[in-house]
Amino acid sequence: MELSGRELRSVYTEKLMEIAEKDDRVVVLEADLGKASGTIPFKDKYPDRFIDVGVAEANMIGVASGLAVMGKIPFAHSFTPFATRRAFDQIAISVAYARLNVKIGGTDPGVTAELNGGTHMSFEDAGIVRNLPGMIVVEPADSVQLLSLLPQIMEVDSPVYMRLDRKNTKLFFEPDTEFTLGKIHQISDGSDVTIICSGIMIQSSVEAAKILEREGITARVLNMHTLKPTDREPILKAAEETGAIVTAENHSIINGWGSAVAEVISEDCPVPLRRIGVRDHFGEVGMTDFLLKKYKMTVDDIAQAARDAMALKSKDVGRR
Amino acid sequence: MNKDEIQELQRQARKVRALVIEMIGRLGVGHIGGALSIVDALTVLYFRVMQVRPEEPSWPKRDHFVLSKGHGGPGLYAVLAERGFFSTDLLWTLNKPETLLPSHCDRLRTPGIDMTAGSLGQGFSAAVGIAIAKKISGNPSRVFTIIGDGESQEGQIWEAAMLASHRKLDNLIAMQDYNRMQIDGNISDVNGLEPLEDKWRAFGWNVTSIDGHNVEEITDAIGKAKEQRDRPSMIILNTIKGKGAYFAEGKLSSHNMKVTEEEWQNAIVELQREGV
Repeated sequence: MELSGRELRSVYTEKLMEIAEKDDRVVVLEADLGKASGTIPFKDKYPDRFIDVGVAEANMIGVASGLAVMGKIPFAHSFTPFATRRAFDQIAISVAYARLNVKIGGTDPGVTAELNGGTHMSFEDAGIVRNLPGMIVVEPADSVQLLSLLPQIMEVDSPVYMRLDRKNTKLFFEPDTEFTLGKIHQISDGSDVTIICSGIMIQSSVEAAKILEREGITARVLNMHTLKPTDREPILKAAEETGAIVTAENHSIINGWGSAVAEVISEDCPVPLRRIGVRDHFGEVGMTDFLLKKYKMTVDDIAQAARDAMALKSKDVGRR
Repeated sequence: MNKDEIQELQRQARKVRALVIEMIGRLGVGHIGGALSIVDALTVLYFRVMQVRPEEPSWPKRDHFVLSKGHGGPGLYAVLAERGFFSTDLLWTLNKPETLLPSHCDRLRTPGIDMTAGSLGQGFSAAVGIAIAKKISGNPSRVFTIIGDGESQEGQIWEAAMLASHRKLDNLIAMQDYNRMQIDGNISDVNGLEPLEDKWRAFGWNVTSIDGHNVEEITDAIGKAKEQRDRPSMIILNTIKGKGAYFAEGKLSSHNMKVTEEEWQNAIVELQREGV
């Protein structure tokens, strides 16, 4: 599939149609954001398997659960806040508690909501969904990763929440790179510090590693595309082998990637940790670069966090 | 339906009521009011209307049922036991540790339960989803659902109602348990639903309003609903909360009440006198 220059949503829908061609269980649901999600081509090709419920996210998730009762595999979409917090109890009870195979796609994660601003810019979506037993939470960062993960998301008999940066045209990975749902992907190796990142923070983490390299610091860069289940072993190995960790996420540092990593290392291998992400505040209108700068989530912020974490390595136990 | 068939359904409903009263009575507390108000509808559905296989609960061609007012679980459990989905002994495990019969319906635990419910409004959407799935697959079976009246104060009920008529789900037959009571008081005092029939009609549904304790009326209403084309049907069941248990009947406190041994045993004796 040709990927260069294409938006993630276009690749997503094309791949979903390819899956749906062979598997008639696939049903797409929208709540008046089919154009934003990019799923309209699916509607044109499979009108019987496309359900636009209108502006009613709670009902969309409920209807999806009913479809799943009947063995369908529904993919329901909205912007991240409406796909999660707006319908959270429906996801909790009708999907997770009822253990139904519903796939939920939240688009415009974090700061990428840009000019839609604070109402549409959720920093807690992955975190609240992560709190539900049995949910898989995954952030396919680019079209390459999405192409590899989407068939696995389809195959796994479990509810899944996908964070989709729908307008992203950048490719962070080489075409045909393989990823495993639930497994951390190592981007580069290093021994001084580890940067664990996801989504749009991958590119800046890789760039931060290059800056550090010029200073003689080798950083291991891990892409934790699957927030839940948390892949503990590579995190613990990184803690053991590099002795300091930085997390970088386009999400609140509360209950997101930074929290998940902190939970793992503080239990089994405590090492200095610095978290780059949104620090307990709401979003606002602004383009991605502006917001990342304002929220201290730039390449330089990641590099500095790595230096800070490394500086703590030698310190004895105690308050830092 | 002839006179014998009517009498048999009435007897069956009394038997189910006695089981509901005993299962909650043995436990000492439970949602007895809203479980008893739907017994006649459930009895008609499971003994007269729905195509199900108790020995094969997940038979793909079955009619599905969603008890959206999930707290009515004990009413449904008693019907399922009587219909042969599981043994009557299981009823006495209601809400005991590791039970298969929790207060609110749970599709993962109980044979014959098609959907989990308890957080109000949600089962109704699921029923709509089931109906859509049957349409997509060309599956001619139906989905039945019972929603509560207090439950209908949830916005999700009306989101689902819009979609069901928009998508012409004539394979969806819903009933509304209109016992006119909710936890905090009479529905009309808390947040009234009237004009209820008009509301459903305005939402594009085929609507009838009947005596929810009259098995003949229930059977007829379902029969007519089955003949509807291009519209979902809503059968408003005018019911009495706690129907059939003298200590609960028509009482606001019956939503989730304590029951003494004397009360439940006397109530069962009354039902037995009429024949179970």
